[in-house]
Amino acid sequence: MEEIKITVTDREGVDHVIEAPTEMNFNVMEILRAAELPVEGTCGGMALCASCHCYILSDHNLPSPSDDEEDMLDQAFFVEKNSRLSCQLPIQKELHGLKIQLAPDAD
Amino acid sequence: MINTDILIIGAGPCGLFTVFEAGLLKLRCHLIDVLPKVGGQLSEIYPKKPIYDIPGFPSILAGDLVDNLMEQISPFKPSFTLGEKASQIEKTEDGSFVVTSNKATKIKAKVIAIAGGLGCFEPRKPPIEGLANFEDNGVDYMVRDPEKYRDKELLIAGGGDSALDWTIELSEIAKKITLIHRRSSFRGALDSVDKVFALAKQGKIDLITEAQAVGVRGTNTLESVEVKTDTNQWIDVDYFIPLFGLSPKLGPIAEWGLQISKSAIDVNTLDYSTNVDGIYAIGDINNYEGKLKLILCGFHEATLMVQSAFKRVYPDQKLSFKYTTVSGVNSF
Repeated sequence: MEEIKITVTDREGVDHVIEAPTEMNFNVMEILRAAELPVEGTCGGMALCASCHCYILSDHNLPSPSDDEEDMLDQAFFVEKNSRLSCQLPIQKELHGLKIQLAPDAD
Repeated sequence: MINTDILIIGAGPCGLFTVFEAGLLKLRCHLIDVLPKVGGQLSEIYPKKPIYDIPGFPSILAGDLVDNLMEQISPFKPSFTLGEKASQIEKTEDGSFVVTSNKATKIKAKVIAIAGGLGCFEPRKPPIEGLANFEDNGVDYMVRDPEKYRDKELLIAGGGDSALDWTIELSEIAKKITLIHRRSSFRGALDSVDKVFALAKQGKIDLITEAQAVGVRGTNTLESVEVKTDTNQWIDVDYFIPLFGLSPKLGPIAEWGLQISKSAIDVNTLDYSTNVDGIYAIGDINNYEGKLKLILCGFHEATLMVQSAFKRVYPDQKLSFKYTTVSGVNSF
């Protein structure tokens, strides 16, 4: 099975390199949770809670955010131009080497 | 005081279905929910989303599932306290409980079933330093009484329906409204978006896009809000109304002496009882080994829970299990 590597900077500034299989239909939020990083994923991945909000640090060509994702980001805080909901990023081989940072906890 | 057999805290799908299973055992139910309508997350977060894993329904819209559940439980005449939060709990001498809401409604029940889902939905509060100091002193997270804003200067923040709708409605009575939003497009209903842009064009409101509120100041009451665009500016206001939707919090239940881990209540899977005798927890709010947060699992938990609740309400009676195909649904 093919695996990609993603680098995640947590809220304390510590980098974690995590491996993710491309053939299991995972999204980045699920991979972050599986790695026990402090990401709630409250809504289960429906772009309805923003608890998996992250910043994209590398210049990967990502699928554009859907209207649903933009709508949810409207209700989130600490939103920047490189903000995404990690649950809306499917794990694909194109994401290999992706670098992301967890957004601050808004609660 | 309201009197019932089972007080169900949370009127989401799991809480609603509990009424049906309890009704089959002749147990009466009252439901309390912080939201003004039934359905919980299904109504509040995703009413138009299809659900594919309800047995017997290849696909059903969340809102339709709520409607169906309301129809299914109607023979058992549940009563509701909506728009109120279950705040305090006391045990009475006869082993019952009295729950008091944040609006002082008292409900007495022999059994408490917490079906609170993700918790109470509360307004999302922007992380602005000092904001809490001005809550109810110039900062409102929801509009309760529009008249309060007559001839006042308001700053509304947000891009959804409530931000747009209140901007339109309050523009009739407020002295001045500034609406700020993080992007230049809005997600609200098209009609409302057009109206807001028209109001801005006519000079009836100030619309600042690609903007966010980053600071607040005032002596006793709020006086000014700092708005960040390319530059930062302070806007003098009487009221700041941030409208960023709702997010769930466990809320007062966390103080009820229940064993909680990871924002969920630990239960015994025998009957979904908690560590407090007479209090059960079902659905997304409970936690046990192998827990899955699925509506389907919540229904199962509710069904087993009421069997145990029956023994508590009628300790001397024998419970005989009957299929609905045999005995039908005998309404109250």
